[in-house]
Amino acid sequence: MTEPPRLTVVGAGPAGLAGALAAAARGVRVTLVDAAEQAGGQFYRQPAPALGARRPQALHHQWRTWERLRDALARHRAAGRITHLTDHHVWCLERESDAGPVTVHALRGPAQEVGVTVRADAVLLATGGYERVLPFPGWTLPGVVTAGGAQAMLKGGLVLPGRTVVVAGTGPLLLPVATGLAAAGARVAALVESADPAALLRRAPALAAQPGKLAEGAGYAARLLRHGVRTLARHTVVAAHGTGRLEAVTVAALDRDGRLRPGSARRIPCDTLAVGHGMLPHTDLAETLGCTLSGTAVRVDAEQRTDVPGVWAAGEATGVGGAALALAEGHIAGRSAAARLHGTTPDPGRWAAADRARTRLREFATALDDVYAPPAGWADRVPDGTVVCRCEEVTAGQVRDAAGTLGAGDLRTVKLLTRAGMGWCQGRMCGPAVAGLAGCPLTAGRRPFARPVPLGVLAALPEKE
Amino acid sequence: MTKRLTCDVVVVGAGMVGAACAWYAVRAGLDVRLVDRGPVSGGTTGAGEGNLLVSDKEPGPELELALLSARLWAELAREHGAAIEYEPKGGLVVASTAPALDALRDFAAGQRDAGVTAVPVDGGRLAELEPRLAPGMAGGVHYPQDAQVMPALAAAHLARASGAALHPGQAVTGVLRTADGTVYGVRTDRGEIHAPAVVNAAGTWGGDLAALAGVRLPVLPRRGFVLVTEPLPRMVRHKVYAADYVADVASDSAALRSSPVVEGTAAGPVLIGATRERVGFDRSLSLDAVRALAAGAVGLFPFLERVRALRTYAGFRPYLPDHLPAIGPDPRAPGLFHACGHEGAGIGLAPGTGRLIAQALTGKAPELDLTPFRPERFDTDGGDAR
Amino acid sequence: MNPLKSARARPGETCTVSFDGRPLPALPGQTVAAALWAAGVTAWRSTRGTGEPRGVFCGIGVCFDCLVTVNGRPNQRACLVPVRPGDVIRTQEGTGHGDD
Repeated sequence: MTEPPRLTVVGAGPAGLAGALAAAARGVRVTLVDAAEQAGGQFYRQPAPALGARRPQALHHQWRTWERLRDALARHRAAGRITHLTDHHVWCLERESDAGPVTVHALRGPAQEVGVTVRADAVLLATGGYERVLPFPGWTLPGVVTAGGAQAMLKGGLVLPGRTVVVAGTGPLLLPVATGLAAAGARVAALVESADPAALLRRAPALAAQPGKLAEGAGYAARLLRHGVRTLARHTVVAAHGTGRLEAVTVAALDRDGRLRPGSARRIPCDTLAVGHGMLPHTDLAETLGCTLSGTAVRVDAEQRTDVPGVWAAGEATGVGGAALALAEGHIAGRSAAARLHGTTPDPGRWAAADRARTRLREFATALDDVYAPPAGWADRVPDGTVVCRCEEVTAGQVRDAAGTLGAGDLRTVKLLTRAGMGWCQGRMCGPAVAGLAGCPLTAGRRPFARPVPLGVLAALPEKE
Repeated sequence: MTKRLTCDVVVVGAGMVGAACAWYAVRAGLDVRLVDRGPVSGGTTGAGEGNLLVSDKEPGPELELALLSARLWAELAREHGAAIEYEPKGGLVVASTAPALDALRDFAAGQRDAGVTAVPVDGGRLAELEPRLAPGMAGGVHYPQDAQVMPALAAAHLARASGAALHPGQAVTGVLRTADGTVYGVRTDRGEIHAPAVVNAAGTWGGDLAALAGVRLPVLPRRGFVLVTEPLPRMVRHKVYAADYVADVASDSAALRSSPVVEGTAAGPVLIGATRERVGFDRSLSLDAVRALAAGAVGLFPFLERVRALRTYAGFRPYLPDHLPAIGPDPRAPGLFHACGHEGAGIGLAPGTGRLIAQALTGKAPELDLTPFRPERFDTDGGDAR
Repeated sequence: MNPLKSARARPGETCTVSFDGRPLPALPGQTVAAALWAAGVTAWRSTRGTGEPRGVFCGIGVCFDCLVTVNGRPNQRACLVPVRPGDVIRTQEGTGHGDD
């Protein structure tokens, strides 16, 4: 009897789960490797079991889809078709040859100090994304958190960052964050959105195909109203204030060209600011394997294959588009990988429904991207003294100097000359801001280690003969 | 659209060596333009550790250049030291066994005769210099003249302060030569720059620039990986390495060679360097190289075992077959001067190289004999075809 | 309303940890960051450059702003590490390695 082919799926969010389930249902032995203690990723982040939440759905959206995924995962695990490695933090993927097995290097446990390796015939990268936050004076004050961070702490730890919250920035994430925080008992003093969501209505073709999205939007609007949250569209946070922690923010209105309207500034007392300006894909593992990127995302074909043989990618890693798109992409990737691992050519007709959903949701994501772009001129408004690189405490003025008179024309050189992006987060947080300030394109950084690795773990890697 | 510029010297390559050539050439009274297809410090300079070493060099022309450069670095540091993170911290070479220590001490004795300060350190006293060094080492040699800079900053600040006109992001596509072969400038993707002298400071890509001028200079890449740790307080005080590093530097082997070189930096992270392999311009991660570096570093400093590496990167050292750089005028192409092929020592050797080039450009007698660095020394048939 | 109520949580027994020497209650399953937030603490690190206070920023392990010293081990991400009864949590100064 021959062994079934093996697929490693990195990431147990919507894309990874959909891919793992699709492949496992088609005779593939799946190893699902994920950093969290429970499946779900960021979108379906679950409270720790010890917290005994009997109604976690109160903090969630699309709970039924989650229940379906969760139950299917449990069935496949019980049947031995999926091995779920929780608390495994992948730092590198390695492929010895084009046809050889893929080795996943991970660190185990929350302290990430023990090295483990997992080998498989192929890999699906469902590494998700992280939030982009553009700097403004005061953004390093305790009490200023990312919008997604506030939501993650709420869903996973059942805690709020404070009593009075301003939710600000731009993007479709702000609505669920504001309603979620309000439902959990925070007073949401304002939802400050720099874009004009009404502009979405002008994108009629993309929207007409999205009745579900329209209903979702209307639902959020009703909930905001119920919680008495005032929405300030075409407004931006100009500064955060406080000594040692956040005490207030100043917001101002934007004109059509993205400039501040004179005299429109007002101060809103708050102890928390949840701020975000959209999402960026995690592409480090793909880049180190040699996958071609397109902009800041992993490039894939219609089967969700990267241009490296045996490597699939799905979800936010291939372009930010939300959980529903990630599910469709993951499903297609899992079916394609299963067929290819069995040595057959997949028939895309079998996943026609997922394909249609993918097309529709990608169009919608593009429309969202256009509407929820950071306001023009944001970079000019960052004062020279504002810290841009939070890890290395590099200011906007230092970045401007490097790009201006020291001759740096790209992110790498700005990093070399200022240390912006050399710290613990390796430029994930400051990359977009540095690019904006230096006037160079945002490119996905080269990060051979997707997370910090103890030297003892590196030293103990098996020696090749 | 083409615009034509004129000047006295075009320096091609805005890395450390090019910046030093521009600096000394301007100080010699010349009008200099510094051209690079990328940003400043974009090539090997940006991937280097910034070693200013005399300790790893045997007596000979490279050591003489290193000693001259060490003096010039100290001068440059008086003006730019803080901006370029100059640290005269000294090197410590350690040997784990008695035979290795004997060989190291013989090597150091020869260096002392050539003017290097090399102080033997007994095994029992190593901890006074490096408290966190692994116990049980046989002994070592302390080299107070070894120093360090942050290379990308050094090149960028020197280039800006030199007074040369900077042309980053401008690619040289040809070297202009008259009918009799004399060089009179360069062609770039944004017009010609005319000058009676062109300096090839293109580092690992110096062979390509030589070829544009119709001459052969066999510069090849030798890849090196560096590991960078999380920021730490000063836990490693010197540049510390094992005695077999010197053998690896001088090796002609193409295979992976690694000996740990560990040093703290002003900015906090510890740098662990010095794999050497000849694999062309392959930038892909080699976990073998990274494993060897990490194992070596933990062997020297056991506390590093639990310290985390935040990143690793590869650079390409420009090496010539005899491991010496090419410095000086090229008789095969009058007007062309070379300042490249410094392998892993380009940052350290840059000021001396720049000084010698400026002397050659102005017709002064060079401070060091340039014969060992002659660019045409690899010609066997006397021809100038590549 | 609070998050525990809205999720109808019945957490296990509250345990005690210490933060900079004072006892704090924590719920099993919470991360160090969640326990500190629940106790009203929002900063537990000072930067190595200017000594500015920092706490949670991204909340998902990407930004490393929430680094903290737990049981003598520096540079733990408070947003990832679960609390254990008796944990000794300390504000992390600078690199966390005993900076001068």
